[in-house]
Formats: sequence, structure tokens, C-alpha cells
Amino acid sequence: MNEPMDFLIWTRGTAFDIAVTIFVIGVILRLFEIISLGRKQNLAEPKGTEFGPGMRTIFTRSIPDPGTFRRQPLTVVTGYLFHIGLFVGLFLFVPHIELFRATFGFGWPGLPNPIVDAATVLAIIGLLAGLWHRLMNPVMRKISSGEDWLVWTLTFLPILTGYLAYHRMVNPYPLILGLHVLSVEALLIAFPFTKLMHTFTVFLSRWYNGAMSGRRGVES
Amino acid sequence: MSQATLERGINALKEQIDAPVAAFFSSCVSCGMCAEACLFYTETGDPKYTPIYKLEPLRRVWESEYTLFGKLKKALGLHKPVTDQMLAEWQELLYDSCTMCARCSMVCPVGNDIAYMVRKTREGMVASGNSPEGVKGAATRAVTIGSPMGVKLSALEAQIRHIEADSGLKIPMDVEGADYLALLSSMEIMNFPEYLQALAKIFKQAGVSWTLCSSAFEATNSGIQIGSSDIARTLVQRIVDGAERLKVKHVISPECGHAYTAIRWDGPNLIGRPFPFRVVHILELLDELRAAGRIKTRDLESDRHTFHDPCSIARKGGVIDGPRRLMNMVTSDFVDMKEHGKMAWCCGGGGGVSSNEDADELRIRAFKKKRDQIAETGAEVLVTACANCRLVIEEGLEEYKVELPVVGLSELIADHLVVDEEPPETPE
Amino acid sequence: MAENNTLGDSLRRHGVSRRGFLKFCTATASLMALPPSMVPAIAAALEKARRPSVIWLSFQECTGCTESLTRSHSPSVESLIFDHISLDYHHTLQAAAGEAAEAAREAAMHENKGNYILVVDGSIPLGNPGYSTIAGISNLQMLEETAKDAAAIVAVGTCAAFGGLPQANPNPTGAVSVSDIIKNKPIINVSGCPPIPTVITGVLAHFLTFGTIPELDQYNRPKVFYGQSIHDRCYRRPFYDKGLFAETFDDEGAKAGWCLYKLGCKGPMTYNACATTKWNQGTSWPVESGHGCLGCSEPRFWDAGGFYNALSVPISDNSQTVAFAAAAGLVLGAAAAGLNYKTKDEAQKAHANVTVDDLEKTS
Repeated sequence: MNEPMDFLIWTRGTAFDIAVTIFVIGVILRLFEIISLGRKQNLAEPKGTEFGPGMRTIFTRSIPDPGTFRRQPLTVVTGYLFHIGLFVGLFLFVPHIELFRATFGFGWPGLPNPIVDAATVLAIIGLLAGLWHRLMNPVMRKISSGEDWLVWTLTFLPILTGYLAYHRMVNPYPLILGLHVLSVEALLIAFPFTKLMHTFTVFLSRWYNGAMSGRRGVES
Repeated sequence: MSQATLERGINALKEQIDAPVAAFFSSCVSCGMCAEACLFYTETGDPKYTPIYKLEPLRRVWESEYTLFGKLKKALGLHKPVTDQMLAEWQELLYDSCTMCARCSMVCPVGNDIAYMVRKTREGMVASGNSPEGVKGAATRAVTIGSPMGVKLSALEAQIRHIEADSGLKIPMDVEGADYLALLSSMEIMNFPEYLQALAKIFKQAGVSWTLCSSAFEATNSGIQIGSSDIARTLVQRIVDGAERLKVKHVISPECGHAYTAIRWDGPNLIGRPFPFRVVHILELLDELRAAGRIKTRDLESDRHTFHDPCSIARKGGVIDGPRRLMNMVTSDFVDMKEHGKMAWCCGGGGGVSSNEDADELRIRAFKKKRDQIAETGAEVLVTACANCRLVIEEGLEEYKVELPVVGLSELIADHLVVDEEPPETPE
Repeated sequence: MAENNTLGDSLRRHGVSRRGFLKFCTATASLMALPPSMVPAIAAALEKARRPSVIWLSFQECTGCTESLTRSHSPSVESLIFDHISLDYHHTLQAAAGEAAEAAREAAMHENKGNYILVVDGSIPLGNPGYSTIAGISNLQMLEETAKDAAAIVAVGTCAAFGGLPQANPNPTGAVSVSDIIKNKPIINVSGCPPIPTVITGVLAHFLTFGTIPELDQYNRPKVFYGQSIHDRCYRRPFYDKGLFAETFDDEGAKAGWCLYKLGCKGPMTYNACATTKWNQGTSWPVESGHGCLGCSEPRFWDAGGFYNALSVPISDNSQTVAFAAAAGLVLGAAAAGLNYKTKDEAQKAHANVTVDDLEKTS
């Protein structure tokens, strides 16, 4: 009788606690796992510094090399669409900001909903086009593992359910809101143990890349 | 106990995995962009040549040994282990179709240094006995004879006599206390002796105090190519010993790509201590002499010239602007290829590929990239600074029936050098 | 006692004009989303409707639902309707007490067997029956015996409809809703804490007019009243869409009437007619008065997190969860790092120097 509300309360309560706990423990554990493997001290006389170039690469790698972009524009375009759309939807939608505020004690201004809505549509288009590309492109098909398909699904569901919930396309609302929260929880739980971790480790990777190149006097 | 085993191979991979490797594998989202940066993929269209795919053995070891989830999978028997059969299959991917040019490392959106990981994976391939025959042979000759091409000191001495007789220049050997110790690659000794002659001419004019070393003339390092730090260490140690014996202040890495990587960047880490001397690439030294006004040129070449950046020197060595300043010293119509410097396309023969007969056919196919790049510039002469690139390009052009002279930049400088009648005395 | 006159007679006797009556019929029609052409039919049906017998049982409740109905200002047709149903038993309102009152209930049940409407407010305790008894009869027993011969049951208020505040965690009395007990009768849930009086009269009018119960949603609430969310019909909705929110109850945004989402308004998850029907004869409603919707017409609104937390905020203290998890992560992370260090250290110790004599496989 009361299922949708029970479900919503469970997803906003117990399930959220479990997911956040696994997520936080997992992410910290994974970062420890990675960083603890260390780097050998480099005894070769450096041509440049490491820190600055590393930080620089963290930013510059967001812009594709023009030649590579021309060869594979779809990867870049879908990547941009999805990541920008996700960023706007996740961090600039007021209800989400309230969640962060409740968690961290501070928030930031959000965007009007029609803008967030448009960004979400872009993210959905980006993800669908990315999926199509992954199915059609021989390279992507060759290197895609089960994990890639899983991660795509886990990323797509929260965006889709969020969109449906915002537009109130599923009744009753507590059901679709609960599904949205549940899909986010699935994402959070899988996050530390899949390549979703790139959200954090991309900063490490780019830094290492930039630092190792920077040491040799090359901007990477 | 001397034998390669799967166990040793996997152990080597375990040793090689460090924080960057773990970060890189954690970050890969299988976007496939690295394929577009790799000439073995772009020229064949075969997705198995996707750079990140070449690292699957290393990735599996990382996952099962260094991640909680991987350990769990292993405990439950869900993990796909690295087998000898798999490594044998991957030999083509890690050796024949990879020059460790690191172009993929420059385009990976998440910043994965794939070449860095290929180098590490080769450690496991060597230890498990899965390196190609040609590269094994080169490494064995390098260690036992002293040069991957089997060049002995006597051969070098013969070349020196020829050059001295032809040019009247003096080639110093084993001069203790010289400022610079010049190294050579076997290819330069056997195929391009004009390099040594160019050095003698330029150094004489510039008043550089230099020497060769009878116990350490070979700059190349097959250990780096095959991917064995142990073998690489043995070879680098010879150079360090020679340089320390002669008490030189600098060691000059010749016109050879991987030699620069071996001596400049890997050397101190292989022997476990900083060098008591500085390592410079010959192009860096020439650029320094140019800046100091110690070398001048005349009669610029009027034909259109272009420059091929050897990957190890440019993208992996940071020697990018200097060669262009030097090119402008000797040519009036220098045109860069569209993608050059840190984004240059590899000749297809680096990282041991040129000494690996298994890769010959693939290397020629991959060379199309360079051929097209050169053709696009409309250049009449190709200049480079690596004997290996030079040989690979010459062979490739011949295969595709392109008539185009390929020359070394040092020689070109020497050809156009303004030589004083009375060279200044070498300062003590 | 049910008298043998019609609702129309009764209204006229109380001085309700024809005009006032039709106005009520029109309002009822629009409330129930019926076309205007139905107004004469409604009027005719209501005119002729016999005063039905209504038995009102109050269990674990606060009397808020009854207050809500009776405090409506007179004269209102709604209240008149209530005057002219035959409310044969309502222990808060009736004069009789004790055994006399129970006798009235039993009499009404007998006389109108199978035809009376049972209205229930309050939840039923399944724990110790002593938590709530009337004349020594447990709520459960009274509900079961009164429901047996009812034509239909109207569960008024969220307690009767869904369990309500008595059911709030940890539910000490074992409170349940009417529908948790009665499975074989049509039940109309008129949820709300309290429900809108017009909604109750509307439901009764529908029953009188058509002799059937209105179309219900999945919670057995009349769709006409509960079909749309507060959020969708809220006059402050444009501010939500524009991203204009009151941050506190007395800031400029609050004064300007901006959206109350951040202050905990549960309008998006709440289905009720407050935003259109309003309260106190259409004077105002909670959001209009500057306070967010509590979600009181929804099941388990009482356990759905702080009233002043935004709907998107988790129910439990998330910052505490994160802090504990982070501490645990540091400990487990250090352990994982130790394991990795050990694995790598062992690999390095197991390293056998590679020489050119080691390049071939055993085979």
C-alpha cells in the first residue's frame, strides 16, 4: 500500500547511508592503494620542474590535440557534452546543492532549472551518442570490457531518472524520485571499484604525465 | 637457473607497478583516443594495435595484485590470469607494433603515459622469455661483443683512420681530462661515419676539448629497447666507467634517439646514483655553441628542408626548439611538418622495432604516415638527428620509391661551418 | 437517526437559497473535475438524496480532523451538508456518552445495515489494545464490527488512511491504518493532517450524487483532489524554476514570496488540493502563509526526514556518515597500502637478475 513512500524513505535513509559509507571508504582506500605504490626517486638531472607542469597538464589535457580531434571528433564531442551536462546537472541544480550543503556545511549558487534541464538533455544525448559510438567504433569495441558497459549504465540511469523525476513523467513522484536516488546509490557503490574512479584519479594521472614530461622539459 | 619463466615475468610486472601505473589504469575509460595517436593503428586500421590494449598483461597483474576488488576476484576465481600463451600473443603488440614513441601519452584525455607502461611491461616480457628474436640478438651482442650490431673497437679504429686520412682532422681517443666524451651509435660507425667527421670538424672550429673512449664508445642501449633494466644497467655502467676513467665533465649523446633516453634519463636511475658528469645531446651542445657564437655557418641551403623529430629526443627528451634554430642556420627554406616537435609522428622503427625482423612488414606499412607527412611539406631534403630514424626512413622511402635525401643535422652544420684558417687554441 | 426527508428539503428549511445550492453544486462539479453540464444532474441528485446515516469512529487521533471540519466558518454549504447528513455517532460531537452512545451506534448499524457510511479518523493500535479503548471496547474490535455492514468506509485524515503520527518510528502502539485491517469494503482515504474540509464534503457529495465512490489513486484517494502535486499547482512554482529561493524564513526572498524548497517544502512529493482549494474558505494555505508543505497527505511523511530539510537532503545525518566513513577509509586505506607495499617488496626481493643468458624460455 505504502510502497513508493517506503521505498523513497529507504533510499533517502538506510540505503543512502550504506552507499555513502561504501563510496567514501572505497574512494579513500583506492587512493591509498594507488599512491602507496610510490614512485622511485628520479636521480637524473631534471630539465624542468615537476609540480608546475603537472598542474598545468591537469588543465590542458581537457583540450584535445587538434590532429587527434580531427581523426576522432565524436569521442571528444560526446565526452564534452556528457561531462559538461553532468557537471551542470550534478553541481548546479539547487536540490543537489542542498544535499552538498547538508553534507559539507556549505553550498554555492545554482542555475535556473531550464538551464539545468537543457544541460541534462545534452548529457543524455552525449551518453547515448557515446554508447552508439562504443558499439560501432572498432577500437572502442575491441577495448571495451563488461565494466565499460556497466559503468555506462550506472552513469546513464541517474541522469535518466533525474530527468524523468524533474519532469514528473512518472507517477507517483516518490517512486521516480526513489529510483533516481537508488540509481545514484548504485553508482556510488560501484564507483570506487570501477573506472568511475577516474573522476578522482584523472587528476593524479594527468599530474604524473605532466610532471614526468615537465622534468624532461616537455609540456605534455 | 638461467631461464625465462612466466613466474619471473609476472614478478617483474609486480615490481614495475608504481603509483603512476595504478593511477593510469584507474583512470582509463576505454575511449580509444590513443589508437588515433598510434601510427600502427592509423596505418593498418587494426584495433588490436590500440595502445592501451597492448598493456592488458600489466593491467591484469595490477588488478589482481594491487586492488582490493581484484584480489577479491582472484580469490573467487573470477580473475583472468596472465598466461604464457597470452604473453606470447602480446609479444607482437608490445614489440612489433610499439616504438614507445609516446605519442599516445600526449593525447590520452585522462593523462595516461602509455609508453611509460609499455616500457615497464617489457620488463615482464623479457623475464618471461617473450621478447622477439631480433631484439634478443641485439641485446646479446651488445653485452657480449659491445655493440648491438657487433661493432668492435677495431672497426671503430679503422673508421677513425679513414676519416683522419680523408679529412686531415684528428679524432682524439682516451684523452684524460677532456671536457666532452663523445659517444657513437653502431649505425653511425658502420653506416654514417660522416657524423664522426662532422663532430671532429665542428669541435675543432669551436675549440671544444673532446675525446672518444676505447672502453665506452657505444651509446646505444639494447637493454632499454628489449626492456630489461638489468641489461640496460650493464651497458650504461660501461659508459659511466669510461667517463669516470677519463674524468670528463660532459658526455655527448650522439644522433640516436634511445641512447639519449638511456644515458640522459634512465642512466642515473639504473646505476642508482647521480652522474658526476652532465649528459647532453649533440644537438643541445651544437645549440649551446651556436648561442655562444662559437660556430657560424654560411651558404644556406636553398632547397626546401624539413626536420624529423626523433621521438626520444623531442617528445621524450625536450630537445625541440634547438634543432629548429640549428636548421635555420643552414637552410633558407625550412618547413616543419604539420605535426612536429612533441606531436611528431614516429618513423616506426624506434624502441627496438628496427632490429626486430618480425616487425619488418608492419614497420613498412606504418611508415606511410611519415612518408605522407614528408610529402605534405614538399621538402626536397629530410634532416633528422637519429641514425636509427635515418636508416628506417631511408629504407621506408626506398620501399615506397620516394627519392629524397636524408641527412643528419650535425653533418649539415659541419658542411656549412665557417672554418677559420687558424683555429683558436683549446683553452685548458 | 435517519429521517425520511431529502437533503434538498433540509437545506431549504435552513434558509439556503436555490442560488446558494446551485453554487455549491457548481463548485462540487468543478472540484471533482466534472463538466459544467453535470451541474443540473448533481443538483437533482443531491436534492433527492436521502440523508445517509453516518457513523464516525475516532481512534488514536488528535481530534484535529474533526476540528478542521467543525471550525470552518458558517454559513457554509459544507457545514450544512454536515448538518444534514445523519451523523448518528461521533463521540466527540455527540451529547450521549457511555453505554447510551454505544447503543446509538448499534441502533444505527441495525437500521441502516449495509447502507451506512463509516467514517474513521485515527489509527488503530495493534500492540496492547489498552492503548485506546472506547467504552471498554478496543479500537480494533469496534472497527471490525462497525465496518462489517457499512456501505463504504471513509478514512479521514492521515492516521486513519496511512497510520499517521502514531505510527511514527518507533511506532510504540503498533498503529495501523484502516485499510491495513479492513480488506473487503470500499475504502476512500481522505488523507491530510488534517484533510481539507471541502475534500471530505466533496467525497460525500460524490457518494450522494452517484451512489458510487469516486475514482481513486493508488493510495485509494479520490483522484480529483489528490491527482496533482502541490508543487505542480503551487503559485510559487515559477520561482523554483527560475532558481529563486528563500534561504531563511525572514530574508528578502521569503518576503518576496520565493520558493520554499530550501526551507524544507515537501510540495514536490505531496499530492493534495491545498494549492487550488486552499483553507479557511479559500483564504490561504501553508505555502501562501510562508511555510513549506510538510507533505502531510502522504504516507509516512512523519518518517521522511526533517520538516525544514530540503527534500533532496538525506534523512539521516549525512555529514556524520561521511565523517565516520572517512575515518574508516583512512584505517582501511592504510591497511591496503600496507598490503600493496608488502606485495611489491616481496616481488623486489624475488627479483632474479636478468642477463642475456636468461632471454630464452625453458621449453
